[in-house]
Amino acid sequence: MRGIARGMRRRPPKYSAAALAWKGLRGDPWPRVWRDTELKRSYDAVVVGGGVHGLATAYYLARNHGITDVAVLDKAYLGSGASGRNTAIVRANYLTPEGVAFYDRSLQLYNSMATDLNINVMFSERGHLTLAHSDAALRTMNWRAEVNKLQGVDSSVVGPDEIKEVAPSLDTSDHPRYPIQGALYHPPGGIVRHDAVVWGYARAADHMGVEMHQKTEVLDILCEGGDGPEGRGAGGRVTGVRTNRGDISTPFVVNCTAGWASLISAMAGVRLPITTHPLQAAVTEPVKVFLPTVVVSGSLHVYISQTDRGELVFGAAVDPVATYSIRGSLDFTEELAGHVLELMPSVSRMRLLRQWSGLCDMTPDYSPVMGFTPVDGFLVDVGWGTYGFKAAPVSGEQMAAAVATGNTPELIAPFALSRFDTGELVGEKGAAAVGH
Amino acid sequence: MLLVPCPNCGPRNSADLRYGGESHARPDPATASPLQWRGYLYLRDNPAGWLRETWYCRSGCRRWFTLERNTATNEFRDPPQPGDKRGSKA
Repeated sequence: MRGIARGMRRRPPKYSAAALAWKGLRGDPWPRVWRDTELKRSYDAVVVGGGVHGLATAYYLARNHGITDVAVLDKAYLGSGASGRNTAIVRANYLTPEGVAFYDRSLQLYNSMATDLNINVMFSERGHLTLAHSDAALRTMNWRAEVNKLQGVDSSVVGPDEIKEVAPSLDTSDHPRYPIQGALYHPPGGIVRHDAVVWGYARAADHMGVEMHQKTEVLDILCEGGDGPEGRGAGGRVTGVRTNRGDISTPFVVNCTAGWASLISAMAGVRLPITTHPLQAAVTEPVKVFLPTVVVSGSLHVYISQTDRGELVFGAAVDPVATYSIRGSLDFTEELAGHVLELMPSVSRMRLLRQWSGLCDMTPDYSPVMGFTPVDGFLVDVGWGTYGFKAAPVSGEQMAAAVATGNTPELIAPFALSRFDTGELVGEKGAAAVGH
Repeated sequence: MLLVPCPNCGPRNSADLRYGGESHARPDPATASPLQWRGYLYLRDNPAGWLRETWYCRSGCRRWFTLERNTATNEFRDPPQPGDKRGSKA
């Protein structure tokens, strides 16, 4: 708690109905939400990547551990990567006990986030249906439900009649090519406004003294003592970061760069089990609210939710070819539309507003890579694949604990990079929203 | 959509092919250490630039081959021509 006392140099403007009315009446401008400071020559810790993971890590370093001399660097603007491109779904209905415990903690943090960060993140706990169109899928749903229940997470398998009750717009008849046979129903799942989460963490971290530097690209990571060229690689340690705005010296660098994780890690001489694939998503024009839950179909490669504004947000599987290009494709749109109509024939007259894609850092076992690396002081919080947004609060909390204490917290121990040395993979593909 | 220059079938939609990922030499199983196997099985360079990778033309010639592609722009460089055995795994 020392950090809060030290860091509270200026009192944050409280967001409340009273403040809104007061400022509205007086016409006062709202102050800048976070400062724009000069880049210092040294920090206690540098976080690479100003997305929701990097900002959460910085926030929890300051709040839980009193480490406020932290810089978050981003080559573009805060939340410009996957944090602003995901489909904003949160859930804890995973397949492995490690995964369920981890994502359940994340859901708890999302639940109290609006109060903790004093920002309306519009968390809507609306339930999450994962549809099964085959016996095999139903078997996996049963498996997930039992693992969830054992961990105290509310999940159960429901039949077509109950699905129809929860989401009447779904076609539960036997007319479609792949009729709906059942679903994993997970009431604690829902959606959160992803930009608000980014801004909330940035604002709260800023008030505790953390510096956010946008348009600050990391060009190199400075190391010494390693077995590779220029002191990089196993056995070495981090001494600093080279950016387009000059060198910074720091004993800790945390890599939170999702799709670009391999490139940043290579600067420290660390190879990762990651390939980068784009994931395309799309959104329709807004209509009246008719879809009360999040609907996912693994077999049809689609997940659907309706925002509070009334738009349907669609996500899909990652593109099969590894690339850093985020161009959309027509075959994606065609396939997506076909699959959505198979589930909800009633939306056939709706128009798509736009489509976009974001980069996913895919690992062989669909679990993240978190914690320490063979390079001392270089930590990774990567490999999130398609699960990054829902895990942000807990990974920030746990990565901050790892940096502050020098030990790997129990909750993230199964996700260490060293699991690939020992073969102890955490297979989470069965809980992927869609088949990849 | 990506047009992939198959050395036997010419340019094809990437949906007609299976993507095999980064192409690396397989270590000798008799002498490789566990760490070398780990590297071969799991670790990837994943560059944002030119990459040698394998493809399988599953609905055409049904052959594996390697191509060089720029992962930032999706351009292919110097693709093998029909009849050219270079890069062919089969």
